Amino acid sequence: MNALDYLVLLGVLVGIAGYGLWRTRGHHNLRSYLKGSRETRWFTIGLSVMATQASAITFLSTPGQGYESGLGFVQNYFGAPLALILVAAVFLPLYRRLNVYTAYEFLGQRFDPKTRLLGAGLFLLQRGLGAGITIYAPAIVLSTVMGWRLDLTIVSTGLLVVVYTVAGGSDAVNLTQKYQIGVIFAGMVAAFCVLLARLPAGLGFRDVLAVAGGFHKLEAVDFSLNPDRRYTLWTGLLGGCFLALSYFGTDQSQVQRYLTGASLRESRLGLMFNAVWKIPMQFFILLLGVLVFVFYQFERPPVFFNQTAWHDQAAHGAGARLRALEQDFTAAHAAQARQIQAWVAARHAGDAAAAAAARTAALAASARVEAARSATKAVLHAADPRISANDSDYVFITFILDHLPHGLIGLLVAAFFAAAFSSKAGELNALGSTTTIDIYRHVVRRDAGDAHYVAATKWFTAFWGLVAIGFALFASLAENLIQATNIIGSVFYGVMLGLFLVAFFVRRIGGTAVFWAALAAQALVLGLYFTLSISYLWYNVIGCAACVLCSLILQAFLPANHANDRE
Amino acid sequence: MNRPPPPEPDDAATGLPGFRSWRAVYVFVLGVFVLWVGLLTLLTALYS
Repeated sequence: MNALDYLVLLGVLVGIAGYGLWRTRGHHNLRSYLKGSRETRWFTIGLSVMATQASAITFLSTPGQGYESGLGFVQNYFGAPLALILVAAVFLPLYRRLNVYTAYEFLGQRFDPKTRLLGAGLFLLQRGLGAGITIYAPAIVLSTVMGWRLDLTIVSTGLLVVVYTVAGGSDAVNLTQKYQIGVIFAGMVAAFCVLLARLPAGLGFRDVLAVAGGFHKLEAVDFSLNPDRRYTLWTGLLGGCFLALSYFGTDQSQVQRYLTGASLRESRLGLMFNAVWKIPMQFFILLLGVLVFVFYQFERPPVFFNQTAWHDQAAHGAGARLRALEQDFTAAHAAQARQIQAWVAARHAGDAAAAAAARTAALAASARVEAARSATKAVLHAADPRISANDSDYVFITFILDHLPHGLIGLLVAAFFAAAFSSKAGELNALGSTTTIDIYRHVVRRDAGDAHYVAATKWFTAFWGLVAIGFALFASLAENLIQATNIIGSVFYGVMLGLFLVAFFVRRIGGTAVFWAALAAQALVLGLYFTLSISYLWYNVIGCAACVLCSLILQAFLPANHANDRE
Repeated sequence: MNRPPPPEPDDAATGLPGFRSWRAVYVFVLGVFVLWVGLLTLLTALYS
């Protein structure tokens, strides 16, 4: 990065945060601080909901997934439109009718105080854990490739978000998210255009698809019923629907976004905006990764995308072995590129037999490329066990730094940070609100004034920001970062959704039955998580089903549901 | 603390041209979803 890139980066990030602070300056009461001015239109809500979900991990890690595994990950989002319709039709009208600040307040009104506390506790636990990842994930990747200090990157980015979230509340979060998502989309579209422009001359878009398809990167939909496969149509539709229903319907970081709507109509349209655009957006980001894959079939990529780790080890004991493997890799890649060129030429000439032969040769060369990469990963991991063999999180940022013009590099790095800020701000806003409304105002101090609760929310928001920064400073992650976030969510979300489904649809079940059922279901999910190897998306279904079933069974042995338990 | 505003009515009108009810909006969204899954299935079939 040069001075122009840093100028763009700082201008975008500080400019958006400063504008958000300036526009939302002044005194707040509790309602406006937590729910905003209630003037927010559907487009802002839609972008805010999208920005809260789409963290930096989405934009750093998802193209890497597209590069490694192709489009299959898009199935993870197949359940989202169905879930968003259910949230808009059932959850949202009830939240607005009851005038709640948090989703867990609704549990208190429907069941009893202990169930409300359980819901809030589950949210704080899983979102508090996830909050660290939201900061850590982009910081580890960006600091490694940029040569920045990891701790300074975490602390400086974390503090900037804390400052404007604490000062401006919900309105500042919505406003900044709108501009941040604009920067993200601008960066992604710019990267897409540069990628297309830098592909070899004569290679049309259909050739690109043919090459990607030849390497099995365009297998977007998998109808397999094998439960061990992580992403299939069925895990996406069923598990993905439960995950999305839990996330959009019961996670306060999302509920708080759409409760800021000027009316029920605006909130609903904001959700429908996401229902329509969620799948295409994820498809586009994955396709970006697939295009990077095709690009690197013609342009030699680094043998290991975490080049900092490779260079560190190459300068020490494993240097000779790593350089020998790099030579093997270079030779295999050159052979692969020649065969792909021959394959494309044969396609253009309409010679199917020659195309098939060249494709077979290209796949054989690709196997040698992958063998050299695997051996490199093994050498690196043996030399330093802290080096993760999974380098897919470094794919997209490597392409950006090596192949984008200056200025655009700054914009793309700003886009990653903007994504980190937007999701972090939504999370902190929700963590502060839930701690104040469901714990502090509900249990500790019930009769204070508005100013006191606004101050308390600010302190709790800052507290959770510091917890997240602390967690990020000491975290270390092994697997692909976006999966780590989804796995944490799936372990807790199913039970949370079970609580809300019982609340909405099974009127005869009372607080005591659902409370103990939720605890039993959570214990079951944790037990299964540590003993089984099924796709994590299934834990959403299992947790939810276990919670609902246990509630029905327990209620059969308990006295009838009494309304006077409720708040 | 300030009293919250009175609960709002469930607005039946969507305010969208061509969509008289929310049910119609949901059907449209479902249609878009089915279209996307269909297109992705076609892409998979064509290039696998």
